[in-house]
Amino acid sequence: MKPITACKIGCEGVIVRIRAKEPIKGRLFSLGLAKGSRVRILDHTLAKQTWEIESDGTKIALRDEEAESIFIEPKECAA
Amino acid sequence: MKKIRVALAGQPNVGKSSIINSVTGARLHVGNFSGVTVEKKEVFIERGDYEIEIIDLPGIYSLNAYTPEEHVAKKYLYEEDYDLIVNVVDANTLARNLIFTMQLMDMQKKMILVVNMIDEVEKQGGSIDKGKLEELLGIPVILTSAKEHRGVDEIIDQIVATHESDKPKNKLYYDQRIEEQIDKIVKVLHKSPHFKDPEYARFIAIRLLDRDEDIYKIIHDLPIFIELHELLGKIYRELELEYDEESTSDILSDERYALSKALVMEAVKKPEVKVSLTDRLDRLLIHPVFGLPIFLFFMWLLFQLTFEVGSIPMDMIDAAFTEISNVVKATLPDGAVQSVLADGVIPAVGSIIMFLPNILILFLGINLLEQTGYMARTAFLLDGFMKKFGLQGKAFIPLVSGFGCTVPAYMAARTLKNPTDRIITMLVLGFMSCSARLPVYVLLIGAFFPTAHAGNILFIIYISGAILGLIVAKILRTVLFKGEPEPFVMEMPPYRFPSMKALGMELWIKTKLFIKKAGTFIAGASMIIWFLSSYPHSGTIEESYTRKIEAVQSEEAKAALENEMAAKALENSYLGRIGKTIEPFFSPIGFDWRMSVAVVAGLAAKEVVVSTLATLYAVGDADERSNTLIQRLRDNVTFKAAIAMIVIIMIYSPCIAAMSTFWAEVPQWAWRGFYLVYPNVLAWLMAFGIYRLLDMMGY
Ligand SMILES: Nc1nc2c(ncn2[C@@H]2O[C@H](COP(=O)(O)OP(=O)(O)O)[C@@H](O)[C@H]2O)c(=O)[nH]1
Ligand SMILES: [Mg+2]
Repeated sequence: MKPITACKIGCEGVIVRIRAKEPIKGRLFSLGLAKGSRVRILDHTLAKQTWEIESDGTKIALRDEEAESIFIEPKECAA
Repeated sequence: MKKIRVALAGQPNVGKSSIINSVTGARLHVGNFSGVTVEKKEVFIERGDYEIEIIDLPGIYSLNAYTPEEHVAKKYLYEEDYDLIVNVVDANTLARNLIFTMQLMDMQKKMILVVNMIDEVEKQGGSIDKGKLEELLGIPVILTSAKEHRGVDEIIDQIVATHESDKPKNKLYYDQRIEEQIDKIVKVLHKSPHFKDPEYARFIAIRLLDRDEDIYKIIHDLPIFIELHELLGKIYRELELEYDEESTSDILSDERYALSKALVMEAVKKPEVKVSLTDRLDRLLIHPVFGLPIFLFFMWLLFQLTFEVGSIPMDMIDAAFTEISNVVKATLPDGAVQSVLADGVIPAVGSIIMFLPNILILFLGINLLEQTGYMARTAFLLDGFMKKFGLQGKAFIPLVSGFGCTVPAYMAARTLKNPTDRIITMLVLGFMSCSARLPVYVLLIGAFFPTAHAGNILFIIYISGAILGLIVAKILRTVLFKGEPEPFVMEMPPYRFPSMKALGMELWIKTKLFIKKAGTFIAGASMIIWFLSSYPHSGTIEESYTRKIEAVQSEEAKAALENEMAAKALENSYLGRIGKTIEPFFSPIGFDWRMSVAVVAGLAAKEVVVSTLATLYAVGDADERSNTLIQRLRDNVTFKAAIAMIVIIMIYSPCIAAMSTFWAEVPQWAWRGFYLVYPNVLAWLMAFGIYRLLDMMGY
């Protein structure tokens, strides 16, 4: 289990925990990010301040603070 | 005729507006939701005995509303009187959309599910089993593609059918343990006369478990509140312990999530996962290294095109209006009517219409950015950067829209949830030069810079405005508002080829509005300016000059004297007097009274700046050879004063329409007052600084 921000671009996994507080948690959920959803890390900016992830066809941009609160069990990781 | 009111609800970008636009035989009406300036699109359709009214609600991700716009949609769904809900979902992301559908189903209103964008799913080899979905959800389902006009009119038939049918309403059951608690809450609710209706009581109970603040407020003032409050506390604890979750809201979410997964599993044949166009484009467009340079290149290109392509028809339009003016001069007898038309209204309207091509190109560009989905990427790219200035990435969207028009940009700031972020964004939005300011820039650049650099100068002006905005935002954040900007979580919609029809419509509407404005508001304003600049006639000036003119022999001397007379008369006019009164205020930045008047008139609308300059410099100029406004400006205005004018236009208060939008959006008097004063003070100070600097550098 590790936060999204510890993963590399291309990494895939299943969400095991979301530590964010409401209302962010609710927002993430309504975008399809919940315990058990599969996510893939698509991109981050040069300074790794903003991340883009994908889950079930939805692409979501979030800041490192929010990304840090999402923990995944990595499945396929290129290194 | 009987009426059916339909609330059209769905997550953002599912194609609600496209559906409404493609319903056959519909009358569209655009207004505002009562009390707020969120655009409200309604269509009216007649079908059989019914008049059907469909209201396009703002996109909403879930009933746990987040942004101000979502609150508008939620409030409508909760409080307004309508007969049924049409819930539009995106076939591509059905699982996530269905979670919201389930929340809507909890309301137990009559409901129809419209699965839009079916074309995209089918193109990739997937399919959706409509019958299965209907069976599992218990509500009618229609598969549509607004793009291909498939199934859209079926929606209307289904609305009538559902309205007429008395089929019992569907009910969504949760886990037994949750249902038991719902029943307990319902029992207490029944004690109040407000919640006698079992369906409504059930809905309230579910929303209370979902920790809905708005519902909590409703029960807060009721006599049953104490009993309910105690019960809820107990239920929250019990359920949270039982499910090992932090909140009952999470438990419900998990339930809905599992249910929607199961539904999708049953009813959807997933397309094979391929690398989509969006993925491929994103690899380049939001590349960690190349993303930003590419974005800057796009912006630069936009301003180049705006200037270069936009200037092609300009001379033709200019010539056409000069011709009209000459015809008027030739046909009408000399006098006030001829003068007001030929010297006042026609040149003024012409000087504005001339810029229509520029404005359309800029608008088209910004619309393209928005509709293709690229704008969301720019928010992603710039969030880190924006955060340094105390803003967040999403604020970028209203800021870029501000280059088009400040009015919708103020409204776009609604997507920012945090009130502080919103007010800061709105306070600096005026520094993003709107397209109405473009004519002033184009005119001054044309007069004082070589043509080869024009596009670049324009780009620099816009960029400086943006940079100034960021700096001011930073100052506001550190001085006036403590605390962090709101978190940034945003959907990146797939890239879509924009609908040409929709783009064409937007441009056409823009053109129509612009010409209407030029023909009414601007023509009216220029008539006032003309009147103020032509009256009162001073007998003494005319007499003394007429005698002098008769006395001299050479044609040249005559022309010179005529010029002088016109200039004297203008200075003596009402406008001249007003100008002279305010001139001391503007003279430190090198303005003559005419520029001062133009800038002040620009508070009504920025286009008026150009038309006022056109009128004022035309009246005082009887020289036929230099009859372009550009030439007149070169003769009368210094380079440093022109730059100071650009700076003023860039920074000072936007037009009346924008100012009143700000007032409508911001209820606090302190901010309203601040908003009226600070841009003007800042504009003057900046213009003064730059003017003095240029002066020292010897310009
Ligand atoms: N392929 C496809 N695109 C669609 C369809 N409906 C809408 N769109 C596109 O999806 C985008 C969002 O549509 P819009 O009507 O603005 O969505 P709204 O936010 O729900 O009002 C636009 O670019 C539309 O052209 C459809 O059925 N198929
Ligand atoms: Mg819409």
